[in-house]
Amino acid sequence: MSNLPFDPLLVSIATPLAVALLIAFGLSERWSARLAYVGFGLPALLALHTWWHFSAQPLVHGYAFLTRYSTGLEGLGISLMLGLNGIALPLFVLAGLVGLAAGLYAIQSNAERRKTYLMLLLVMQAGLMGVFASVDVFFFYFFHELALIPTFIMVGLWGGRDRSYAAMKMTIYLTAGAMISLAGLIALYVKAGARSFDLITLRAALLERPLAETLQGNLFALLMFGFGILVSLWPFHTWAPLGYGAAPSSAAMLHAGVLKKFGLYGLIQIALPLLPAGLTHWSGPLAWLAVIGNVLIVGFVTIAQRDLKQLIGYSSVMHMGYAFLGIAAGSTLGVGGVVLMMVAHGFSVALLFLLSTSIYHRTQTFALDEMGGLGRNAPVMAAFFAAATFASVGLPGFANFWGELAIFVALWQFSPLIAALAVAGIVISAIYGLRAAARVFFGEPTEAFAKVAARQPVTDLRWSEKIPALILLAALLFVGFWPKSVSTALDAELNARAASSSAAAHVASK
Amino acid sequence: MNLEAVKYAASLNDWLLIFPELALAGIALLLLVAEMVLPKRLHDHIPAFGIAAQLGLLGGLISRFPQFGGEGYANFNGLLLHSYPGSILRIFFVLASILVCVLARFSFKRQRVAKIEFYHIVMISTAAMMLLAQSNHFVLFFVALETLTIGLYILVSYFRENPLTLEAGLKYLISGALSSSLLLFGIVLLYGAAGNPAADAHAVDPFNFTQIERFLTNNPGNFLASAGIVLILSGIAFKIAAFPFQIWVPDVYQGAPTPVTAFLAVSSKAAGFAVLLTLTQGVFAPYQSLVQTVIVAMAATTLIFGNIAALTQSNVKRLIGLSGVSHAGFLLLGVAAAPTVPLANGAIYFYLFAYLLASFAVFGVMTHLAPVNDTNQELDHYRGLSKTHPFLAGVLTVGLGSLAGIPPLAGFMGKFFVFVAAFQAGLYWLLALAIVGVVISIYYYFGWIRAVYFDNPSAPQEAASEDRPETPRVTVGAGVVLGALALATIVLGFYQGPLGAWLVTR
Repeated sequence: MSNLPFDPLLVSIATPLAVALLIAFGLSERWSARLAYVGFGLPALLALHTWWHFSAQPLVHGYAFLTRYSTGLEGLGISLMLGLNGIALPLFVLAGLVGLAAGLYAIQSNAERRKTYLMLLLVMQAGLMGVFASVDVFFFYFFHELALIPTFIMVGLWGGRDRSYAAMKMTIYLTAGAMISLAGLIALYVKAGARSFDLITLRAALLERPLAETLQGNLFALLMFGFGILVSLWPFHTWAPLGYGAAPSSAAMLHAGVLKKFGLYGLIQIALPLLPAGLTHWSGPLAWLAVIGNVLIVGFVTIAQRDLKQLIGYSSVMHMGYAFLGIAAGSTLGVGGVVLMMVAHGFSVALLFLLSTSIYHRTQTFALDEMGGLGRNAPVMAAFFAAATFASVGLPGFANFWGELAIFVALWQFSPLIAALAVAGIVISAIYGLRAAARVFFGEPTEAFAKVAARQPVTDLRWSEKIPALILLAALLFVGFWPKSVSTALDAELNARAASSSAAAHVASK
Repeated sequence: MNLEAVKYAASLNDWLLIFPELALAGIALLLLVAEMVLPKRLHDHIPAFGIAAQLGLLGGLISRFPQFGGEGYANFNGLLLHSYPGSILRIFFVLASILVCVLARFSFKRQRVAKIEFYHIVMISTAAMMLLAQSNHFVLFFVALETLTIGLYILVSYFRENPLTLEAGLKYLISGALSSSLLLFGIVLLYGAAGNPAADAHAVDPFNFTQIERFLTNNPGNFLASAGIVLILSGIAFKIAAFPFQIWVPDVYQGAPTPVTAFLAVSSKAAGFAVLLTLTQGVFAPYQSLVQTVIVAMAATTLIFGNIAALTQSNVKRLIGLSGVSHAGFLLLGVAAAPTVPLANGAIYFYLFAYLLASFAVFGVMTHLAPVNDTNQELDHYRGLSKTHPFLAGVLTVGLGSLAGIPPLAGFMGKFFVFVAAFQAGLYWLLALAIVGVVISIYYYFGWIRAVYFDNPSAPQEAASEDRPETPRVTVGAGVVLGALALATIVLGFYQGPLGAWLVTR
């Protein structure tokens, strides 16, 4: 166990929930904000703690901090089992840090009904910590939904344009995706015959007697499309730009930055090791969908965007394409690259959403055509935005670079043609990213913006905005310069997994 | 007749075992007596006494749970079979009865109707349902069912000054009579087939479930018996509002007083499912392929019809009625899985409990918002509720979310258990339909929630022109009940604890 007197994983889930409950039961405005600092801060600190002490922990089946709590459903093989392995660890830290940034940004915002806003955000944070700490597949799904519901409500209540429509569309799409993946998970549970939802038992059972190939293919399809809808796999992506366009900034940060990774994480943690034959069967279609749909088509659509927030939303859909490509490549390198990229993208897209809202507060619009020259009055903001754009394009020095590089190398071994097409996508993202930065911050102010600026003088980033932005940017640079911080544990886990599955294949071939 | 034989038979009648039913009937009678004896100013307290007495009964039932395990205990010469599911359902029905009485307290504030009789009939009907769920003999089965149904005829048309309510009462009477006659005809066919002395293993008492089952085992493919089984299933389909016997639902649900709508939606439906489970896994088990065909067809059509029909409703009572049809579809999915998967039984009971909690939360909010004309409850009245009554809005959201099956609420766990059971039973196509159904249902449940939260309150002058007075302040008692329902829904979603262990893994 850890050297803390309590279970850091359980506490990091329970703290935000407890604070949310306290707020729901009528805490005063002032105390709500104070306790919210604890609710967002403690999980982040605990996440960093687990990361720092991970290498010193004894691993049980690859998991550190493994604990099990009963919820009365052992008969069905369901129990709240928490633990972190090399894949979960970086995402757990991501959830903690992005949550902290989004929380700090929300606490300082002057949103209407801020108490309710904080409460929902805290529930979401609890769900996010739970998703990546769960070893039990049932709770993995359960926590995802726990985090998803507040998103809908926040989009509907505090959203911008078309919020009602966006909330409804998002709800229906994401419910469809969640239900399909739930069907896939139930199918996996029943077919594995281990009468257990916990991932360790499931994996052991399936390594011993793998499922028939057609069955694996069918189950993989359920998971791939179910999770795919949640991660905005083309052509099921249309909810994403619309939803993010309408979502309030903190909700968009948490959803696009962290929650969306649930689907990819599910594919990597559950589908790949348990259904290897399913991946072989579907990797071709998945790769083509991702490269033509997510990377190229959505890439061109992104270039045509005139609305800053929609543009970031589309760009996030496009980057998910790379993640799917890495999964389709399937090799240890590819999957490792996807995890790195998920972390990097999480930080960078959260930073972009944060900055776009700060821009909005100064320009009163998201329309790119009505901005310009903001950099003169807000140089720090311009620097942050440029850095975030470079990160999202994948410049070396930022975490994104390592993820994309690993994916491209793995992809080359998988199919050189697809790799070439995917690399072309980098050019596309450079075009829209740099153009957006140029439109907003450089050049002459447009007439519309000049009018707004005359009424309300433009200020640079305040400290309350700078601190969350700094957290995100620091994380991006840290992983960018020292990718080993993520990759050591990740490598160990992926290699152990590859070794055990090849051993199983060896046994099976005998 | 031999006196000794009668004495012996009487000694087998263990009256103590039906104490809960007797007690309930006793409380019901006491209420009427109290109304005659007590002075008028004390009449307001009589329902409170009824509720308190039922609470005591509920406590007793829970403390002695589970009373019967294993094969169960046959009582009254095989008229009744006290069993484990029977013990669960007793608790279920008493709990529902208490909640109906509580809803009636809110709802009747604005109505000029006789009050005490209402509680009396609710309790008698509840006692009938408790017997029905434990019946092991078609005579008792039918008598209990008719006691329930006749009670419901009265209750549905209780607000007799409202034409829509009267219309609902008439519709329910006609369709109920039709269903009763179908059921009776089916019972008679079975009686005739099983009682035929020329038949193999013919029954001495062809109403007794156990004997009919033995007859059916020995006579596979008997046409009369098959026809009887299908007719009986149709009769029950009326009770649970399964397609194509759901036709009465929208009008009756709209016309009936809101507490009665809740009673119909929860108790009456649960009684239907209890009976269905007993019959399909007991008496009709030898004809499983036939029963299974009927159930699967009913489940598929019910799921599709319920969800699609609910999409376009603007009256919330109709909406909840048709969404109730879709819930019957989900439960039928469990019934279809039950013969092969033991988990399915527990899943259905869990689903019913989750459905009870969520439904009463929603109906409780509805009784608060209902205008004098109880049938006129439109979705528009809920616009902006979150700004005027945040507490009611919160309870409603939890209830609707649970009905929609959203984690971490109890309704999700119910659906989850049913889906796992259906998957284990290999009902893949039905499961796919159910999943489509869930996605469709999100639209109308969230449409309602959206009206509550995202829309602005309707203009005040518009509200004043109708017969809608200000929504009353939520009293402390009402707040406690509604809060407890919402809290239980949330807690049961996180932690199933002993209930989950009892229901799912016994």
